Amino acid sequence: MFLPGFTFKKNSIIPGFGLTMGFTMFYLSFLVLIPLSTIFINTAGLSLHELWGILTAPRLIASYKLTFGTSLAAAAVNAVFGFIIAWVLVRYSFPGKRIIDGLVDLPFALPTAVAGITLTTLYAPNGLLGKFLALFGIKAAYAPLGIVIALTFIGLPFVVRMVQPVLASLDKEIEEAAASLGANRWQTFSKVIFPEVVPALLTGFSLAFARALGEYGSVVFISGNMPMRTEITPLLIMSKLEQYDYGGASAVACALLIVSFLLLLVVNVIQWWHQRRYA
Amino acid sequence: MNIFKGIIQSLRTYRVAAIFGIVMLLAFSLAGCGKKEPAANGKKADGPVTLLNVSYDPTREFYKDINDAFAKEWQAKKGQSLTIQASHGGSGAQARSVREGLEADVVTLALGYDIDALVEAGLVNKGWEQKLANNSTPYTSSIVFLVRKGNPKNIKDWDDLIRSDVSVITPNPKTSGGARWNHLAAWGYALKKNGNDENQAKDFLAKLYKNVPVLDTGARGATNTFVERGLGDVLIAWENEALMAVNELGKDKFDIVAPSISILAEPPVAIVDKVADKKGTREIAQAYLEFLYTEQGQEIAAKHFYRPRSEAIAQKYASTFPKLELFTIADLGGWGAVQKKHFSDGGIFDQIYTPSGKQ
Repeated sequence: MFLPGFTFKKNSIIPGFGLTMGFTMFYLSFLVLIPLSTIFINTAGLSLHELWGILTAPRLIASYKLTFGTSLAAAAVNAVFGFIIAWVLVRYSFPGKRIIDGLVDLPFALPTAVAGITLTTLYAPNGLLGKFLALFGIKAAYAPLGIVIALTFIGLPFVVRMVQPVLASLDKEIEEAAASLGANRWQTFSKVIFPEVVPALLTGFSLAFARALGEYGSVVFISGNMPMRTEITPLLIMSKLEQYDYGGASAVACALLIVSFLLLLVVNVIQWWHQRRYA
Repeated sequence: MNIFKGIIQSLRTYRVAAIFGIVMLLAFSLAGCGKKEPAANGKKADGPVTLLNVSYDPTREFYKDINDAFAKEWQAKKGQSLTIQASHGGSGAQARSVREGLEADVVTLALGYDIDALVEAGLVNKGWEQKLANNSTPYTSSIVFLVRKGNPKNIKDWDDLIRSDVSVITPNPKTSGGARWNHLAAWGYALKKNGNDENQAKDFLAKLYKNVPVLDTGARGATNTFVERGLGDVLIAWENEALMAVNELGKDKFDIVAPSISILAEPPVAIVDKVADKKGTREIAQAYLEFLYTEQGQEIAAKHFYRPRSEAIAQKYASTFPKLELFTIADLGGWGAVQKKHFSDGGIFDQIYTPSGKQ
């Protein structure tokens, strides 16, 4: 309270802090905090022993590995290729650029079930791409690879849209300065451009990752849902709900929430550390 | 002094915030009150009435016809105009919506277990099975096989489904009501064949599931996988879905194979007592469900490939439905016991898929 210089309000030219702050609190409480807290309240009805039993069932453990593994893989793929797409969209001009720029957002707009069904049609063993992959003995749909494909699809816009504005705001002069000081192209990229983009890239990565963890609609169509092999954690939450096991379902949801929160926290810490180092 | 000023300022700030919050809360609670009033007024007997039927997935077309026919009849008899809304989705998900406050007057679901869940929540009175004839199931269905035209793998009965060269499509019984009927039909067959030896029946199911490459979350999804993706040699399906697939997708693509024995799938109907009493729609809800048992209702059911309960109508449509030896869920001990034994966590389905039979 008596920390020097600690006040809630800095005088600003634009008034309305009270109103907007009140609205923010109200809005976040109703939309985020209260719904999420009911998950914890539902879980609180279980004893620790029960909770541990639910969370460590072999099928759940297999599903955690699959969900986190495929989400990480998809987010990593998006980080690399999303960066390249952002780079191309910012640095070059070519005919049809606007259209490609618009295409990037499509995964946001498409209902995930439609995405799932479309991807399954394509990658199923009798599908257009699935047939081709089958020639090499690669099974896409109804295998973990299919899940990665679906998650990559839905996570793509996050990375591109995060990195794009940062790349656009980079001054050409900095690169020119680096070049005139004797840096080669790779050094200019890795020592000058990349560090600037890393925070945005990380944010994009973590958003894509978090989105992938909770994805249900598109994945259940392409995954095949085989217990122990291609069953994602959200599906197990659904099947617990199907048994009216609200406690068990919310326990798993809690676990997923806490782990995602921790992972996002780690990403934020890395970002913070990065900013201190390079800022 | 600066600090003091700061506190005053923040108090001021928060007063505005608090007032804003209170105003919003009031607005919300007023909206809540506003909602309740029309429900209380809705009891007037002769004004137009709306009835909500919460049903499961494949009944969409069937209830559309029933609703039209019943509304017409009600109008003629009572002179009251009636709108029936129907909501469709996975049986379990639908029951959950009702449980969580969707104001359904009647539910017409895929399995008794889902209505039992409503009993547990205090929405439907105990003993709903006895309220209407035939355990409150006005129409039935069964589980049959859909195979590719000409039956290239020569699939005749349940035993063929565990052959190593046969690939079977069935949905996940954890998420699909229809898949539970499939699972139980196979279970019943295996019990009968092995003289009620449950371990051998379990082995049979394990072998069957070994042939399943994809477990879709719902019955329609499994039909799609079989029909559109071309996966699998045989689809275990609701008889009404299979008949519809054959009739709508062309008789030149698929054949129906009737196994030697199958389960009598009984999709039950019930009045949601609490909602009907509150809305004052009990009489009309009762008439609606009874309408399903009339000649007209039974005929509509048969047209949509549900097996009618009425002998006369069954006779008339005898050529539609293959002759099957059928056992019932009651033979297996009723839904409560079956659900617990087969589909709850650690149940037989889980044991089949978890390594070394560990739960």
